[in-house]
Order: sequence, then C-alpha cells, then structure tokens
Amino acid sequence: MADSTAAERRSPAAAYAARFEAASAGGGLRLAEIPFLTRVNLRVDPKSPAAERIGTAIGVPLPVEPGTVAGGGGLEALWLGPDEWLLVGPDGAAPGLVARLTEAAGGEHVSVVDVSAQRTTLVVAGERARDVLAHGCALDLHPRVFGPGRCAQTMLARAGVVLVADEDGFRVLVRSSFAGYVAEWLLDASVEYVAG
Amino acid sequence: MTGQPYRREGATGTTLRFRFDGRDYEGLEGDTLASALLANGVRAVASSIKLGRPRGVYAAGCEEPNALVQIEEPFPEPMLTATTVELYDGLVAVGLPGQGRLADRPDPARYDAVHAHCDVLVVGAGPAGIAAAGVAARAGARVILADERPEPGGSLLGTTETLDGGPGREWAAGEVAALAALPEVRVLRRTTVLGHYDDNYVIAVERRTNHLGAAAPAHVARERVWRIRAKRVVLATGGHERFVAFAGNDLPGVMLAGAARTYVNHHRVLPGRRAVVFTTNDSAYAAALDLADAGVEIAAVVDVRRAPGETWAARCAERGVELLTGHVVAAAEGEGEVSSVRVAPREGGRAREIPADLLLVSGGWTPVVHLFSQAGGTLRYDEALGAFTPGETRQAVEAAGFARGVRTLRECLEDGARAGRCALAAAGFPLPAGDGASGTSLPAAEEEPAAAPAEHLWLVEADDYSAHFVDLQRDVTVADVLRAVGAGLSSVEHVKRYTTAGTAHDQGKTSGLLTSGVVAHALGVDVAQLGTTTFRAPYTPVSFAALAGRDRGPLHDPVRVTSMHEWHVARGALFENVGQWKRPWYYPRPGEDMEAAVLRECAAVRRNVGAMDASTLGKIDVIGPDAPVFLDRLYTNMMSTLKVGSIRYGVMCRADGMVFDDGTVIRLADDHYLVTTTTGNAAAVLDWMEEWLQTEWPDLRVHCTSVTEQWATVALAGPRSREVLAGLAPGLAVDNDSFPFMTWRDAEVAGIPARVCRISFSGELAYEINVSSWYGLALWEAVMASGEVTPYGTETMHVLRAEKGYPIVGQDTDGTVTPQDLGMEWIVSKKKADFVGKRSFSRPDTSRPDRKHLVGLLPEDPGVLLPEGAHLVATSELPEPPVPTLGFVTSSYRSAALGRTFALALVSGGRERIGERLYAPVGADLVPVTVTSHVLYDPEGARRDG
Repeated sequence: MADSTAAERRSPAAAYAARFEAASAGGGLRLAEIPFLTRVNLRVDPKSPAAERIGTAIGVPLPVEPGTVAGGGGLEALWLGPDEWLLVGPDGAAPGLVARLTEAAGGEHVSVVDVSAQRTTLVVAGERARDVLAHGCALDLHPRVFGPGRCAQTMLARAGVVLVADEDGFRVLVRSSFAGYVAEWLLDASVEYVAG
Repeated sequence: MTGQPYRREGATGTTLRFRFDGRDYEGLEGDTLASALLANGVRAVASSIKLGRPRGVYAAGCEEPNALVQIEEPFPEPMLTATTVELYDGLVAVGLPGQGRLADRPDPARYDAVHAHCDVLVVGAGPAGIAAAGVAARAGARVILADERPEPGGSLLGTTETLDGGPGREWAAGEVAALAALPEVRVLRRTTVLGHYDDNYVIAVERRTNHLGAAAPAHVARERVWRIRAKRVVLATGGHERFVAFAGNDLPGVMLAGAARTYVNHHRVLPGRRAVVFTTNDSAYAAALDLADAGVEIAAVVDVRRAPGETWAARCAERGVELLTGHVVAAAEGEGEVSSVRVAPREGGRAREIPADLLLVSGGWTPVVHLFSQAGGTLRYDEALGAFTPGETRQAVEAAGFARGVRTLRECLEDGARAGRCALAAAGFPLPAGDGASGTSLPAAEEEPAAAPAEHLWLVEADDYSAHFVDLQRDVTVADVLRAVGAGLSSVEHVKRYTTAGTAHDQGKTSGLLTSGVVAHALGVDVAQLGTTTFRAPYTPVSFAALAGRDRGPLHDPVRVTSMHEWHVARGALFENVGQWKRPWYYPRPGEDMEAAVLRECAAVRRNVGAMDASTLGKIDVIGPDAPVFLDRLYTNMMSTLKVGSIRYGVMCRADGMVFDDGTVIRLADDHYLVTTTTGNAAAVLDWMEEWLQTEWPDLRVHCTSVTEQWATVALAGPRSREVLAGLAPGLAVDNDSFPFMTWRDAEVAGIPARVCRISFSGELAYEINVSSWYGLALWEAVMASGEVTPYGTETMHVLRAEKGYPIVGQDTDGTVTPQDLGMEWIVSKKKADFVGKRSFSRPDTSRPDRKHLVGLLPEDPGVLLPEGAHLVATSELPEPPVPTLGFVTSSYRSAALGRTFALALVSGGRERIGERLYAPVGADLVPVTVTSHVLYDPEGARRDG
C-alpha cells in the first residue's frame, strides 16, 4: 500500500539518484537509495509473553542472537539490542504494522514507534561493496564473519548507521540528516572502483 | 650507459631522467634515488644538521641516517630518505641539511584509509615472512603479508644466495605471486607497518602511486593507511646493520657493508672503485666478495677479531684480498669524501694509510624489534648477537627469522614456517597434514660457512672523539655522549634526551644500540644491563596527508541537513553551524547585509508572520507506564500532572543543580510523552536518560526512542500565524478556545498528516507544525506559498527570544547556572519529593546572594552593540589590575521591536542591581549600560494569543 497523502514526498538521498546511477554503471558496484521503507522501532522484553505474541502477529519471530536478522521479503526484524528491534517493511506498511504490534502487546510494557522517516536505506552492493565500506567501517565484513542475515549498529565514516548484510552486498540504514554526508562519502570512496 | 659511470655492465631497464641539486642525471627503472645517485658518482647527497658536514648514502633502506632529500617535483615533499624514494621519470629533488620545508600549496593527491581484518598478519616478506605466510595461507587462513619494499624478498634482494638452485629473489617473487593468487591472501607491497598497538591493532601505510611521479592516476589514492586487526601477527622484520664509531665515520664513501652489497647485487651499481672493509663479524665478508666479483677492488678486509671464520679467510685468500685480523680502522680520511683509510693494529702499533674511495663498515646486525617492543614485548640481550631480541609478550605475536636472532637463510625459512604454524594453530586452524619438525616444503638453501663468533666493538678508542659519530643525522659524537655521561647521566633515556641521539627521522635505527654501547663503554657496564631506549610508533615517518586521508574538505565532519535544506539553499540563506547541523541563519534579500536582513525578519514576525525550519530540535519518544515518574525525576518541574493533549516547558539539571537542557514536553497518551531538546544536546539528553534508566532506576518501565529526524518541524510565528494555519488546515479549529496555548492537535496541514503544537519561542502567537520528514519540504513550500510568510533564520529566532528573556542553554548558560539564576524560580518544583539536582539547591552556594543572575542590559547609547563576552565593571574608570568583574554579556542584538540595541548578561547579584549603571570595557572605552529585567518585550505576555 503506497502512501495516499496528496503532497509530494521526498526521500533524504533523492538528490543523489543520478550520481548513484552513474557510479553503478561499471558493474562492480551498485549504489542506490531505497526510499520510503517502513521502519518501526520495537522495545519489548524478549522473555515476555508480549514478545512471543508479537512474533506470531507479524509472522517473524524476534531474533535473540545479537546482530542477526529474521524474516525477509515482506518484513524483517533487525536485532538492535537485547530488548530492541527495528522492523523493516515495504512502503506504506507502517500504520498496519503499528496497529498489529500494539494489539499484540496487549497492554504490556512495549514501545512501538514509527521511525520510517528517521532513516533512509542506501544500497551498497556488487563485488566491490566490501572494499568501499572497508574505507569507513571498522567491522570485519568478510562473509565468514558478517554474511547475509547479519546486522550491526556501527559507524560508517563519521555517521552512525545500521548495516545489514545481503546476498549481493549491504544495506546502510542512515539517519536522514546524515544521508547527504554518507552519500557524498560513498561516492567519494567509490572513485577508485568505478573510474577507468 | 656512459652517463652512469658507476653502473655495472649489463644492467638493463628503461632509462629515467631526473634532476638532483640542479643537475640532470639518468638512472634505471628499479633504482632508488640513492642507487641512481651512486650510479652517477654522486657521493655527497646532503649535509648534516648541526655541523654542516657533507654526508653520503649510508644504507639501502628505511634505516638511512644521512641521505635526506626534498622532492620538488612533481609535488613538494620534505624529509624523505633517498634510499626509499623510487626513481621515476621527471623526479626533481634536492639534498637537505637535516630539515625540509612543507609545500606552500595544497596537496592535490588523494589519500585514503581502509580497515582490514585477518587471521594472520605477516610483517616482512623476507625468507621468514614468506615461509610463515605460505604455511598460514595454504591452510586457508586470511593472511595479510606486508612489506615496505617494492618487491618481496627482504634480505634475498641484496645477496646472491640461491634457493632451490635459483636466485633467492626469484623464489621470493614466485612464491609471493602464488600466495597473492589465493582468495584469502592480500599482499601489500610498499607498505610499512608503523605501529603495533593493543589487541593486535596494527597501522600500516601503503605508498601506492608515489613511485609513478607525475604519471600517477589522480583517482587512485597516493597513500593508504591500513588499520588492521589481526588475530595473530608474525613479525618477520629482519635486521639493520649498525656501524662503529671511529674518526670520520660520517664521510661520504663510508657505507654499511650490507648496503653496498645490495647496491651491487640488486641495483647493479658500484658504490666505489676501491674499498676497505671494516668488520666485527662474518657478514661483511660476503659483501666484500660480492663487490670483488662485481669489479670493485678490495684493498683490505680489516677484522677486529683475531680469528675470523676460516672459510671466509680462505675465500679472501683465493681472491687475493688482504685480510688484516686484529686490526681496526682508526680513521676515514679525505676532503669531502673518503680518499684513504687509516688502519692500525687493535692493540697499538704502526698505523697504515690505505688509499680507497669506499669504506664498508659492519658493526654487527640488530634485529628489528621495534614493533615487538611497541606491542608491549620485553627484550633480552643476545650475547652472541650483541643485540636485543624479543623476549616475553602479552600479545598474540610471534617473531620470526632474524627479528628473533635466527641467523642463516635455512634457519630463517624454517623459523618462518614454525611461526606460521604457531599463528595458524592459535588462530584456530587445523595444522596442515604431514606437519612435522620441518613443516611444509621449504626451498633448499645453500650450505653456509660455519659462523665464527662476532666481537662487539662499539667504538675505536682514540684521544679525540669529536669526529666519532654515533648518530649521523643528529650530529652526535662519542664526545657528546661522554659529556653526557660526565654530567652524571647514567640512563640511555637521559643520554638520548641530553644529546638528541636517536631522535631524528630515522629514530636511531642504525645508531640506537651503538649509543647504548658507547654509554655502556663509558660507564664500564654491560650493554645487557643498560638496555635500550623505548621504541615508539611510527616506525618510519608518515605524512600528515596520509593520516588525514579523506577526512578533509567537505568530508572532514558530517554536515547534517533538514528535509527543507534545498529550499534554504535555493533562496540564498546563509547558514549557521549548530553542532553538525547547518541551520538557516538569515535570508538576505538583494542588497541587504545581515543587520538589515535580521531587522526585517524580526519585524515581520512581530508585526505579521514568519516561518522557521525548526526540524533540528532533538525529539525523544518516552514510553512506558513509569514515564510520568521518570520525567518527574529528570525535569525540575512536574510532568506527571500534564494532561494528555497539553504541552509544558521544562528544564533539566545535572546532579549539581546546574541547567543542562530545556525544551517542551508533549503528553501524547497516559504512558507516552514526546520531549524536545536543544539542537546541540539531542544525543546528550538521550544518553542522560539511558544512563539514569540503566544504572540508577532499572526498575522504571520506560523506553526512550530518538525521533529527531522522523519529524520535520516548521515554526510559524507572528500575529497572523493563526490565519495562515487556518488556511493550510481547514479542518482544524484554530480559535483560541478550541486550540489554546500549550496544547497540541493532530490535523492535516497542506494535506499532510501533522501534529500542530501551540508553543512560542518569540512571545508571539505561534505554532510548530510537525510532519513526517518525507513531507518536510512539501510542508515548507506550502507554508511559503500561502501568502506573505517571511522565512526567518536562527539569528532572528535568537533576537526574538532574547527580547522575551528566554535563555539559550549553552549561550546564556555555561554549566554554572541554576534555573533560579535564570530568573526561573517558578520552574523548580517545591512539591516533588526528588528530582535530579534538587539536593544541590539546598547547598549554601546555590543561594548565595552574589550569584550571577540573568539580567537585561541597555547600553545608554541605543546604537551601541555590546560584543558578546564583554565583561562588566562597576566603575567608570578601570582600577588597577586585577580588575574585579561583575559578570559578562551572553547575548547582544539590535532589536527592531525596541528600536535599539540590548543585551542579556550574567551579572553578580544582578536582580538587585536593576536600574544600576555598569560599564562594559570595550577596547579602550568603558561603555555605560543600565541593568534591567531580562524580559524586555511584552512582559505581560499579551501577544501570545494573537
């Protein structure tokens, strides 16, 4: 369900679409923004009945192993902390998701906050993705350590990000106000991998 | 080849042209600047820093103490060693007298940094390092092999040693190429490991395009800093040869024996025509014989020992090389370079002059233990080696090869393989099958002559030690060391600081142990007890450009922008930095300066309507059944009594009772608040909340979530703001009764779901409209399209709030100001049992009558604008210092509403001084000002309802 509001939305990295596309032309690297995804911050005691009800309600059991992602396709749950998850879904899913979570919480101490516009998603994919991110991320992103299904809250250059590993690269969830900085940084970091 | 008189016959490669000290030369591909200069017969390359003595090439690597050069073209770069500058076409350089100069223009090259992780990091691609890397890499471990030179091989590059019957360097090249082809192996050439820190965090710098000169591609980083985390580190860092202190040991033409061997074998250059070799150990014999084979006449080998190795003595005899055992070189002599060598029996006797243009010296070899020591490893003295070798370490580190004192090529290969296996096992990999004492298949090395013990001679005794150099770069002589010891210094660390020995660019690589040796000699103690000076990073000098990397220019620090930023830019706003945020400062119209623009914007808000981008304010959702209790404890005033649908201003203090932050608190539901923070404190307030929740009040059921960037906020302020809002939100009842001050309503504004808050930071009727930040720009454009709304920036916001006496935390407060000092006694609850800071308000200090209060100031001349920060005194003339100051100006503006300038100030006992005249020293003048209430505009609050 797309957003029905009449006014025009603008995603934080919209101005970078053309430059991302140009940087992706070589094939070794793909930079892109995925705009307007649904993101809901969930805080709940993982051992509480509410946590279990929530897992059932959204069809994705909340992952309890640090730095892992559960679900996929329609809805993902990213482990952010021992009692904190970021639920990521398609554009327009926020109102329904918030309602389902609130209902499943059943009056228990659960916090559900729509933070869809708090961040945007930048894709850094392709065979050089790891090289590009290594310029600014101190984590070991080798597939033996940080393969698909892993996520982490970390720094990319000087911006805090949530990093998610996918089959063909990574998603960088960046705060909206930092999106321009991170986009510029990524484009600059890519110079060596896309030129010539 | 006629242009290169000292080039060996048969040397091949592309000819490269370069200029040194204003003269044009030719060299060959593969040369260093040093080898090219030697090929052209250039002996004096630089001059010494203190004494101005001519100095020549002494070494063949990063340990070079003498040949400091400055590159002039293609880009100026100071303080490089000619021995590590790879020659390229068009290189222009000059020799330096110990000091270079920085470029007078920005470096156009790209520099970057990268993080890397591995199971095994091997430092040094000599025989031991390659063997270690081979074992680890073939077992599937993630391996990084770093070496500072352009090609692998380490010591093999300078010798004629064979492996598996072929040249050792060919084996090295082949093996490293094979390793580099493995998927988990990274070979870093031209990469110097500079620092080894805790938990095997290792910093290296890779010189990637320096050797290409002007042909370097602009998009490739010239140098790259590698930040490596390694599970295990193998230090196969080899050794540095050291020299001996004798008279004239700094003359051009004096050279380390191993370096000369490298020039002859690797660079195909003759460092001289007729050489004397002075040694304390066997290693110089191989150098002497290689030079002899290349056509250098070896006039004599002078060995301090009575009994050198028999095989070496026999080989000298075979070639007719005179061997003087039990002899020393008393002096190298010559005008500006060596022309003869004075040789004497060690026990005294007649000296002999031997004509020579080259004097090779070997005082023994020192294992390179810099990184091992930096990483916290202890050192122990190896009596046979006459040097310190790695001892204990708390880190996951193995030393291998000569770095731990292993001598022969075969032993170094075996030791490297051993270290590789240790590292592999420790990193959790199964050892390769068939692992036995000899490990994986290693290349076969030649049999080496049985070693005769070395003798550790530090200095050749003399009456005058003023030309016995210990540290060539710092011009420190044995005489200087003796003076230091004579002054009572008995620690090498103190002697180092007294004489500066070991403090130059080379950090005493060739001289450090020699200094210890000479000090020990002077004190009559053993070097083993005396020890060495401390090894510190960086191992070799590193350029600031490399360290800065890409963290310069626009990427130096993140710039945070709001969803409306593009509009502000398009309208020519000037921006103010607030933390990392760019906030519109003011929007000048054509021909307006800042003063005119701000007066216009202020007048528009007071008389009409203005809009400001307020998106940067920090916003935190506070959710949970205990949220009311939690906020009651953090704010000085009561938040639990706030009704759903209402808003309250609040102040937070630190435990010391001083104002920490302020903002509004919105109650969205019984268990759900949204609090706002100042722009700069958003992260600090969230941290503060988490700290209390996690450490002091874990029993409170509260969750805090940052939503700063979820919401975009437009502040709409001025008497006509209601009218504008009504137009944008036809479904919202905006009359004062339906939508009173300090309440919020959900509504559609410009067709966008919004939360509208009736709050004011200007004293005017005002609203803050919050929408999803995806719609921030659309909302702003709709507000601007609605009519005569004037966009205003932070400067106008500051003026308007100051007219009302509203403080800005961080501008009018500085961490020493209580709410009461700000005239906000009313916001400190008397009813609440406790809140953070409460107890501090019962301290006598927080109720002192002379505390600084926030007051207003009106300069008596209404046109005079006080500088912020100006101090205030009571007298019209300055007394003698120290001048007692009563306080200082915190905010100062021109007011359109007041038609004059005004200021806010923190003044001692300020509220009791209202009506008094004080003086602000500004330059040479004392500006008279009248103290007033801090609320200067609309003190009755008549304007807030429009």
